[in-house]
Amino acid sequence: MAPAKKRNVSSAKTSQQSVKTAKIDLNSKVERILESRKHANDVFDILEVLQSEKDKDVISAADACGKLFCTLLERKELFIGKLPGEEEALGGGYSAEEKYRMFMRHRYNSCVEMLLEHLTHELHGVKESALCCLMKFAAGEGQHPLEDLDWSEHYSFPRELILAVVERLLSKTTDNSLLISRFQEFLEMEDVRYYVMSSVRENVGKVMDKSKGAVMPVYQTNVFTLMSNISVPSQESELTNFMVKQEAKHEDWKAAKLNEHKRVFERMWLGFLKYKLPSNMYKKVLVILHDSILPHMSKPTLMIDFLTAAYEVGGAISLLALNGLFVLIHQHNLDYPDFYKKLYNLLEPSIFHVKYRARFFHLANLFLSSSHLPVYLVAAFAKRLARLALTAPSTGLLIVLPFIYNLIRRHPSCRVLVHKPSTEDEPLEDPYLMDEEDPAQCRALESSLWEIKTLQKHHHPDVAKAAMLINTPLPEKEDDISEVLEITTYELMERDLKQSQIKNIPLEFETATQLLKGVGDVLGQHFCLD
Amino acid sequence: MGKVPKKRNLADKVRKTKTSTEIKNNPFEVKINRKKFDVLGRKTKHDVGLPGVSRSKAINKRKETLLKEYKQKNKSNKLIDKRFGEYDTKMAPEDKILQRFAMERQRVHDKKDVYNLNEEEELTHYGQSLAEMEKFNDIVNSDDESEEKGLLSAELTASHFGGGGLLKKRTSGDQQEEEGSQRAKSRQELIEELIQKSKQEKRERQVQKEEAQELTEKLDQEWKSIQSLMVKKTPKAECDDKPEEKPKLEEYDMMVRELVFEMKAQPSEKMKTPEELAREAREKLQKLEADRLRRMMGEEVGDTAQSLVHMSADDLNDGFVLDKEDQKTLAYQDGKWNIGEKSEDEDEDEEEGESGGEEEEEEEESEAEEGDGGEEEEDDDDEEDEEQEGSSDEEDGHSDLESEQESEDEERKQEAEEASAEPKKILSKEELKAQQEAAKAELPYTFTAPESYSDLKDLLHGHTPDNQRLIVARTQKCNHPSLAVGNKLKLQKLFGFLLEYIGELATRSPPELTTIDKLIPELYSMCQIYPEAACKAMQGILGDAGHSMEEELEVKGHVAFPTLDMLIYLKVTALLFPTSDFRHPVTTPALLYISQALSQCPVKSLQDVTSGLVLCCLAVEYVSFSKRFLPELINFLAGTLHLAVQDKTSLGYAVVPPFRPSGKCSDLLVLSDSESCKSWSKKSLPLSATQHLDLKNDLDRDHHRLMCLFTCLDLVKRCSLLYKDLMSFTFIFQPIRTLLSKHLSAQALPELLQELHREILETISSVPVSHSRLVLEKKKPIPLKLLTPKIVEVLDYGKKRGSTREEREKERLKHKYKKEFKGALREIRKDSRFLAREKLNEVMNRDAERKRKVRELFGSLATQEGEWKALKRRKRK
Repeated sequence: MAPAKKRNVSSAKTSQQSVKTAKIDLNSKVERILESRKHANDVFDILEVLQSEKDKDVISAADACGKLFCTLLERKELFIGKLPGEEEALGGGYSAEEKYRMFMRHRYNSCVEMLLEHLTHELHGVKESALCCLMKFAAGEGQHPLEDLDWSEHYSFPRELILAVVERLLSKTTDNSLLISRFQEFLEMEDVRYYVMSSVRENVGKVMDKSKGAVMPVYQTNVFTLMSNISVPSQESELTNFMVKQEAKHEDWKAAKLNEHKRVFERMWLGFLKYKLPSNMYKKVLVILHDSILPHMSKPTLMIDFLTAAYEVGGAISLLALNGLFVLIHQHNLDYPDFYKKLYNLLEPSIFHVKYRARFFHLANLFLSSSHLPVYLVAAFAKRLARLALTAPSTGLLIVLPFIYNLIRRHPSCRVLVHKPSTEDEPLEDPYLMDEEDPAQCRALESSLWEIKTLQKHHHPDVAKAAMLINTPLPEKEDDISEVLEITTYELMERDLKQSQIKNIPLEFETATQLLKGVGDVLGQHFCLD
Repeated sequence: MGKVPKKRNLADKVRKTKTSTEIKNNPFEVKINRKKFDVLGRKTKHDVGLPGVSRSKAINKRKETLLKEYKQKNKSNKLIDKRFGEYDTKMAPEDKILQRFAMERQRVHDKKDVYNLNEEEELTHYGQSLAEMEKFNDIVNSDDESEEKGLLSAELTASHFGGGGLLKKRTSGDQQEEEGSQRAKSRQELIEELIQKSKQEKRERQVQKEEAQELTEKLDQEWKSIQSLMVKKTPKAECDDKPEEKPKLEEYDMMVRELVFEMKAQPSEKMKTPEELAREAREKLQKLEADRLRRMMGEEVGDTAQSLVHMSADDLNDGFVLDKEDQKTLAYQDGKWNIGEKSEDEDEDEEEGESGGEEEEEEEESEAEEGDGGEEEEDDDDEEDEEQEGSSDEEDGHSDLESEQESEDEERKQEAEEASAEPKKILSKEELKAQQEAAKAELPYTFTAPESYSDLKDLLHGHTPDNQRLIVARTQKCNHPSLAVGNKLKLQKLFGFLLEYIGELATRSPPELTTIDKLIPELYSMCQIYPEAACKAMQGILGDAGHSMEEELEVKGHVAFPTLDMLIYLKVTALLFPTSDFRHPVTTPALLYISQALSQCPVKSLQDVTSGLVLCCLAVEYVSFSKRFLPELINFLAGTLHLAVQDKTSLGYAVVPPFRPSGKCSDLLVLSDSESCKSWSKKSLPLSATQHLDLKNDLDRDHHRLMCLFTCLDLVKRCSLLYKDLMSFTFIFQPIRTLLSKHLSAQALPELLQELHREILETISSVPVSHSRLVLEKKKPIPLKLLTPKIVEVLDYGKKRGSTREEREKERLKHKYKKEFKGALREIRKDSRFLAREKLNEVMNRDAERKRKVRELFGSLATQEGEWKALKRRKRK
């Protein structure tokens, strides 16, 4: 069974064939190759198609390859062990059987190469089929390892293949999020996940070191997408879904241990966060940090550095870092000096306008729910929020007013802010210092919440009503802020729009004659019709 | 048990025979109710009772009702005698019979022979009317008579003299039956015949009528065909006729008529209801419309149209028609001059009336509503439609033709009456044409309410703004809700369509704002009539806008400024609805929308600045009365001023989103050349500048910037005056103050702006900064619980104490209820006692019967036995 040399394949002929016939053709070729070794050289035809320009051909070829080599792997017809070079294989005194296996192994290797190339193809369909095919190979290799299993300590897993796949996935130039989401399917398997995590870490370290820590937005986005798709199960008993089942000592395998998973997970994230991130990436990481990263880490406290650094950045990033910090403080006994001072300084007019307003107020409510806080601090918060309320939109006001009321309720000594029957009844300027950074020095307790009094004249009836509450002693029960946290302006509008039972709608009694006239005539003074 | 009722029954029977006075005087019947106290002046009803009478009454009543029911129990069938007065016990039997008889007579006595005094009662024999029998026999026998004259058959005699009972008996049963059926048939046939006859007569009459009509029509047509020939002659004939007719009206007659009508007090015209007024107004408009149509079509066509109308109308053939036609022909004869003048005058009048009406409407809506309220569309819809659609081509063609025809006519006339052929005639021709043109240009007077938005668009398309307004006003009038049921809905829809139309006008490029301006009064008046619909429509628009903004915000994170149509809607909202309400279903969401736009829309261009300033103007308008605080407004104004600051380093104030302290769009209002201040003069910004600006050079741009700045500063000034009384005024205006005093120096600005600048700073610094501390409202202390009993002095003894009217009423009702309840209970008890007694009676009767029978049997048996024994004994013997 001397394998014939590379035959001249009429490439023109194959390209002329229609896709469908090509597919049938490919399938029949696969059948023939598998049937008898006489047709072994047909594998070149298949590989040729795999390299063709037409994406449909490529896809069908990838399928065919997958089928072919998986079967060969199963039959153990691929050469196992250290593979000699092609020429060497021919020359060396190998038996025909061995020669055939070597030949096939070489074809297999070149096929894998091609598929990896295809992972960077511009068409998603090609990428996807290449990825599926590669993962099939990985499964096959795992089951029927191509290395010699000489020593028993070794656990068979196609690490090299996975590493190569991950490397291609984490492209530096194209956004692979679609493919990565497809890849997520394979991440369900514990061992794949384990080895992907370690490969990611390796890859990130390598790439980022090469770029000397400079920001690489596309690459980092890809890495983030891949990593955020990874979630470690919470219990060891859930580790059941394996791609490769180890025959010996399965329990001792690292990929079967939850702690190992956690450790790899942690190292992967830390390795990623070690480098400088673009600011939107910062936000993304912080948004998912508290509920999809921290719980899966073996030592969450290792995140402290990252979080404190983020907290120092200021603005929206600080707001987001709060959440992670809170988890650390709350569950892991983190002692964070000047936490409240920093929180106090986070209060800026912009907090009412940022996207994460609801999250911020939710957390601030949690932080300030402690009854052991000093009065000056609570008063400072209340006063500062009240001052900021002067520039807040209606929805923000509906959050901040109950928030301030809750503060006063929790700390009855803060009642002086709304009720201070003084001995001398003289009017005074507001002693509160807005620019003071230290809440202890801002003299909030000496002040009153005149701002809320001002808001009683707010244009929106709900806000005005809420502000009216300070006229009378506050009811004992705390307001539930969570209801209003997510309120939108449209919902506020709907409150009025949806009221169906209105008997008589009041109308303007002043007769309208012109578009620009009427109601103060402000528009008419500054604008004209044409 | 059974004895007592028997006795009573006996007593009742006795009592029945006596009169009431007898009973009352009988001391055994009377029970005197003893009174505890004799109250002077109180009338008592129940001092004397007649227990026996009342008992017997009750028993009788029960017998009539309860006993009947009891007897009917478990029986599904029931016999009801429907004869008159059958159950009326009060009526004497003779009366009953008389009444029944009278009723029967009445029934027989039909309406038709009310006046047939001779008609007497039908005499019958064997239940058959004698008269008919006679008739029938006559008919039957008339045939026979010729054959067998003088023969007296048995049947004949029987039928003639009826009496022959023997004879009748002799005839076979079959024959009798046959005869009966024949007789019945003949009667039926008679009736049918009668009906047929009358029908036939009717038909004949109809045919005659039709024939007559046809003839007249034919005559008419013939007349028409020769009319043109007669044209010249008719006037003479008319002239002849007229003088003839006139002398007929004698002076005497005239006097008499005058006297007849003169002295009578004529009733004043009654007050018209709004509906009538509306109908009148509509009729007026319809008339105007018809008139306009007539003039547009040319006079001849107008005439035929009128005559057509005439024919269709249900008019009697009185002299009225003739008279009118006379006038018409007269008009023809005299020439068009007269009529043209007349109609033109009318035209002017109408127009004046129209415009006058509108002015009134503007002044006072309600008046307009009542005065020339509205019309129905209905009848002349088609006409309008046609005319609207094909007014240009079709009618042009017509008028051409007609004018040709007319000119021909005229030529003929000129030939005929050479003497009267004056230049006037030619003039009249020209004027006629001009008039037709005017009529064409004039709007129709009635409109159908548009069913969809596209209808409205078609309706208003291609008209001038003023005309569009007129159209809307007329549509509104033509569809006044008092004229038809569906009109209200139509007009409500119309409001929505109008709003939509306004939005579309605003989105056109260039926006047709003048049209919108013209439509505002109409919108206002409609809004006044249908507040709910207006509210709904406006809410819909605001809701959609708010929703889309929210969505955009969610998807993109920022929103573009509202487009011009939305700005217009917001302004319209302020015009239609009060802005000062604490909570209003329309203005509150509108203001919320404004505030959201001001706080979420990033300013990226000069257009955005302009839009923002329009929104600010609107916001200031919205809060100008209520002086409510709008943080977003201040933020936006401060941000706009910030855009004009040149040096953006070391700011002493915080810039609130959507503005940024620095960035690519934060220098929008910085002047490119400080020299441009000098050439700047104040003029209003166009509203269209919110959509697109074409500023060619830097100078124009700078002028626009300065204008924006001026507007902004003016708004700041207004705000500072508005919010002067707010407690946190200084903190609210802190950023603006530092901005104006430190960063935006007045020196670099034109004088007008400098002045504003100074005024603002003065206002801000003039407001006191110190306030007294906040103190909760003092509330009334809750009183301690007191343990001393509450003592109520009783002033009015005797009466029910301490009760208001309601309580007394309640008390009274309670008492009444109790009494009624007791009474009912008692009645029920009596009922059941009565029933039990009846049942017992039944049982006893049955038993007695049985006993009697048993005894009888025993008796008979005993006799039998006795007889048998006797027989036996005899036998033994």
